[in-house]
Amino acid sequence: MGFFLETLFGGLMAGMLYSLVALGFVLIFKASGVFNFAQGAMVLFAALAMARFAEWIPAWTGIESRLVANVAAFVLAGAIMFVVAWLVEFLVLRHLVNQEGATLLMATLGITYFMEGLGQTIFGSDIYKIDIGMPKDPIFAFDTVFEGGVLINQEDLIAAGIAAVLVVLLSLFFQKTATGRALRAVADDHQAAQSIGIPLNRIWVIVWCVAGVVALVAGMIWGSKLGVQFSLATVALRALPVIILGGLTSVPGAIIGGLIIGVGEKLSEVYLGPYVGGGIEIWFAYVLALVFLLFRPQGLFGEKIIDRV
Amino acid sequence: MFYRENGQFKTSYAADQQILPIAQDRWAILALVAFAFIGVPLLVDEYLLRAILIPFLILSLAAVGVNILVGYCGQISLGSGAFMAVGAYAAYNTFVRIEGMPLIVALLSGGFFATLVGMFFGIPSLRVKGLYLAVATLAAQFFCDWAFLRIGWFTNNNPSGSVSVSALPVFGLPVDTPLQKYLFCLAVLVVFALLAKNLVRSAIGREWMAIRDMDVAAAVIGIRPMYAKLSAFAVSSFIVGVAGALWGFVHLGSWEPAAFSVDRSFQLLFMVIIGGMGSIMGSFFGAAFIVILPIVLNQLLPAIGHLFGIEISTAAISHAEFMAFGALIVWFLIVEPHGLAKLWSIGKQKLRLWPFPH
Repeated sequence: MGFFLETLFGGLMAGMLYSLVALGFVLIFKASGVFNFAQGAMVLFAALAMARFAEWIPAWTGIESRLVANVAAFVLAGAIMFVVAWLVEFLVLRHLVNQEGATLLMATLGITYFMEGLGQTIFGSDIYKIDIGMPKDPIFAFDTVFEGGVLINQEDLIAAGIAAVLVVLLSLFFQKTATGRALRAVADDHQAAQSIGIPLNRIWVIVWCVAGVVALVAGMIWGSKLGVQFSLATVALRALPVIILGGLTSVPGAIIGGLIIGVGEKLSEVYLGPYVGGGIEIWFAYVLALVFLLFRPQGLFGEKIIDRV
Repeated sequence: MFYRENGQFKTSYAADQQILPIAQDRWAILALVAFAFIGVPLLVDEYLLRAILIPFLILSLAAVGVNILVGYCGQISLGSGAFMAVGAYAAYNTFVRIEGMPLIVALLSGGFFATLVGMFFGIPSLRVKGLYLAVATLAAQFFCDWAFLRIGWFTNNNPSGSVSVSALPVFGLPVDTPLQKYLFCLAVLVVFALLAKNLVRSAIGREWMAIRDMDVAAAVIGIRPMYAKLSAFAVSSFIVGVAGALWGFVHLGSWEPAAFSVDRSFQLLFMVIIGGMGSIMGSFFGAAFIVILPIVLNQLLPAIGHLFGIEISTAAISHAEFMAFGALIVWFLIVEPHGLAKLWSIGKQKLRLWPFPH
């Protein structure tokens, strides 16, 4: 029982991290209909920027405090993501309005290659550490309930907390601010939004900025867990089953989908993996999502797909 | 002046339904094929054959297969690399396990098993479409990556996980030197391209296009979506599987599952989109572009650095290659979203009026 719960918690925590990456996908898809494959590259880029600035700022300014260095690095990396968002809109999306989904998908793949190359050219291609002072020691929970208790990683708990705060902030932003309302209007109907005077281009920049910040937070958490390296860009592939499970257009879907995929992956790896040779995590997530899709083609929370001739 | 069809009257249905109704096109294609079979072997050296021409031929074949699914039937697939892998490993297993198996039959059996797997993973297309389907086909990719890595039977229980083949005779003729390999691939490609071209202008090809343009409307006029979609998956994965078998047997010789990773799937989709969706000709353009671009960049970037007196490290060059590749793809999609095939047809239209445009 303890072991099962431990696996379950591990899965939920991993799922929370997948949700963070998936959120970026969903935000951009909702607002602009672009399936943004570059989200993984954005996570890598943001994490690289954050890691290197946290190293460089003390060297440049002589500030010793780690907190100040980290906050400054976070702000600088965020600013860089804003610039990236603006450039993507200005150089790419603006010219590809009204193209087919597949063409836009390929364009974001091009952006992926570009950002992977650029990030490593500017910031270097070694493995870097992000040290934001997360406690690494595991804690025991429920040891009063049953024998031995459950081992929980504190770092995971804090990461899940940050993710939850981010989700709350995002939903407040979407529901309560004027910009958020404009974003939802654009997501609902481009033409209608434009005809009542919402500037599409500015909305796209904003939504890419928000996705950039989400990528930065995701990169920060993943980076402090696993180190910042090239393989971080492949988390995009881990997040894809999450969004098709949750629905391409649904923010809660990204969260719930992430949790389901995270738990499914861990449980399958632990209980099913030994029988078939292990390493089944990645395809199991996809197959799980696929089975869901066969029953609900629009994902768990996606908008119902209506076909009109 | 030269490219006018004036005076070419079609007096029979057969003449009207030729693949290339304009005589100049016919002669140009025949001349091109003849040049590929006779002229190229006389002109090029081994490096060019091995590094550019053989990969180009095999990947064009794969791109033709992907184009049938993505360009003609409108089902975006990111699992093409997996179908190539299935083709390669199935061909390997039939070749190794059955004594005296001819190479051609082994390649075709690779195609056959790829067809089965392709149809199986095509089943979701009956329920989901568009980008959902694209992600769903990634399931095929990751499952096959895993299966060929972890299940020892597929690799003949080879401890290193890589498989290799050697001594490939075709009808008693050896396929060993790059030149022989080139001619063999070219022959296979010509046959399959002709088949594909005829298939897409037949009844089934028109069904695929109807499904692509609007599947509900197609179903209303009596096209069975299940039959059309699954047949597109079947034909596409057969061709892709044969290409995969060729890639393993002829180009690589010995390979691991990493040769058919998700990057390969993206690469094939790039070829189709850059070449032109829904155009057999476009598949060749796209394959040429994607095969040659990295090689050109690899040569060009150090040369540019040298020009400015900067020595660029290998790591920096590979990063710069990534950047240039990505930027070119984006630029290309912006300039011509309909692909190189569209440019080609615009060029032909212009040529018809040349030198006296309206």
